Amino acid sequence: MKKITNKIRADVLKMIHNAKSGHPGGALSSVDILTVLYKKVLNVPKEWDKSPNFKERDRFILSKGHASTALYATLSYFGFFPEKLLMGFRMLGSKLQGHPSSRTKLPGIEVSTGSLGQGLSIGVGIALALRLDNIKSKVFVLMGDGEMQEGSVWESLMNANAKKLDNLVVIIDKNNLQIDGKVQDVKTLEPLDKKLEAFGYKVYSIDGHNYDEIEKTLTEAKKSDKLCAIIANTIKGKGVSFMENNAGWHGKAPKDEELKLALEELNAK
Amino acid sequence: MLSKTNETKSPRNTYGETLVKLGAINPNIVVLDADLSSSTQTCKFAKAYPDRFFNCGIAEQDMMGTAAGLAYEGKTVFASTFAMFATARCLDQIRNTICYSKLNVKIVATHGGITVGEDGASHQALEDISYMRSIPDIRVIVPADCTEVEEVIKYAANTPGPMYIRIPRTNLKTIFDPEKYKFNPGAAVKIRDGKDLTIVSNGETLWEVMEAAKSLHNVGIEADVIHCPVVKPFHHNILKESAIKTKRVVVVENHSIIGGLGSAVCETLGQYAPSKTYRIGIKDTFGQSGEQRQLMDFYGLTDKKIYEKVIKFMDVK
Repeated sequence: MKKITNKIRADVLKMIHNAKSGHPGGALSSVDILTVLYKKVLNVPKEWDKSPNFKERDRFILSKGHASTALYATLSYFGFFPEKLLMGFRMLGSKLQGHPSSRTKLPGIEVSTGSLGQGLSIGVGIALALRLDNIKSKVFVLMGDGEMQEGSVWESLMNANAKKLDNLVVIIDKNNLQIDGKVQDVKTLEPLDKKLEAFGYKVYSIDGHNYDEIEKTLTEAKKSDKLCAIIANTIKGKGVSFMENNAGWHGKAPKDEELKLALEELNAK
Repeated sequence: MLSKTNETKSPRNTYGETLVKLGAINPNIVVLDADLSSSTQTCKFAKAYPDRFFNCGIAEQDMMGTAAGLAYEGKTVFASTFAMFATARCLDQIRNTICYSKLNVKIVATHGGITVGEDGASHQALEDISYMRSIPDIRVIVPADCTEVEEVIKYAANTPGPMYIRIPRTNLKTIFDPEKYKFNPGAAVKIRDGKDLTIVSNGETLWEVMEAAKSLHNVGIEADVIHCPVVKPFHHNILKESAIKTKRVVVVENHSIIGGLGSAVCETLGQYAPSKTYRIGIKDTFGQSGEQRQLMDFYGLTDKKIYEKVIKFMDVK
């Protein structure tokens, strides 16, 4: 696993370095969750819409769209599209837009996101449609903790419970940082677990970088007939020492020397 | 095409009834509302097909996101609330989630314009067309009577992609004969032929314009009257021909004079047929409480006020 996540982290940084812009911090914090999801939990065909089982796939929504590089690199690693597309990230005409776009029809991308606080509402709509159509797939929505300051997130958390959705799993990449600093200082969410419980969720709090714990919890939540929220405690910039826990790396591209150092740390020169 | 009788009917009822008819033949249709289903009349659909109706509560942003999710899964989604809350409140969701992904969501907003009445400025959507018109990949339609509302809702159900359809709170005079009128999304509708000036309108002001045109006729002024239910994409052929002929164009709308039909007309004429233009609408101001007809009169949207304004405009050199 570590080899895979190192490779994905390295790709994330190479893409952002190549594009001279992007969001390394929140991408790196979500890599382990994404890797476990696509390797162990989600039932999603890499042939995408060419698969006969396309309709029955699990749906994944990256609500924190600025972590697009992590999703692109993960999808590419698991064979959804050729690796060579990665370096087109943020380039004119590329399917790999700065934030995920369903318009470009990139295999693996379910929905367009980027403006925060909207992915969960979309997830609720998809979950309602699946229930109407009697499709047993699950919907997974990954959002950021900073994103939860958006009021629309709480509207949709409330709606998912009101509609008794048992086919929706909410994952929170809780890296505790946002652009202006610590989430706790900007506008605290605490006590997040109690808030989610009060909204009707079965809440798990896990180490978002422990593969086994992520797998065990996501698998359990997938099987559960209760509405589940997983607070994945993560480190922003995880895997690159000088990026870790540093809000300054939210939306900044590494320079040549910084990329070199980072790749060395990830054993991926 | 025009109806011989002009009975008054509720466009909201027509909307609700049309949804019920469509729901019977198309199981793919789902309807969302944000706690105003008894006002928007989506409650009719809710009663007929409870499994396919989702009340999102007083949470318009969430409703639009949920609509998007349902559309991603292939549903034909109608989402309704008052025009005030169906646009500005959730503009980001409409732009970034529904339109950017070209999703099959029909936003059918009731209570558009000043004629919301007594509730006052906070409920009078005077800028909704302007907001919607500026977003790529959405169609914006403002039907003028119940015949057209039914036609437009059916068209919406059978045409993929985002749409914004605006319906007023007021009951509307029947203008079009239900047996003969066919909504054409690709062209404006010539209502009356004249040579002296062109009057363009849509929505509930079309009836007022038609009445004003009769009064103008009585004093020897013949107006070309053009109905533009589709504000976007704006079809300019009939307008262009008319403006080249009359060289004088008045636009009447139950909306701010900024960004709505008046702006669409001026943008088009500026490019294809520069003409003297005059926009009658709400002049860059907030509304206020009042009875519907009094408000129409105060803001110059009744047939009498339109007539008076046109007479003055005809003297402008």
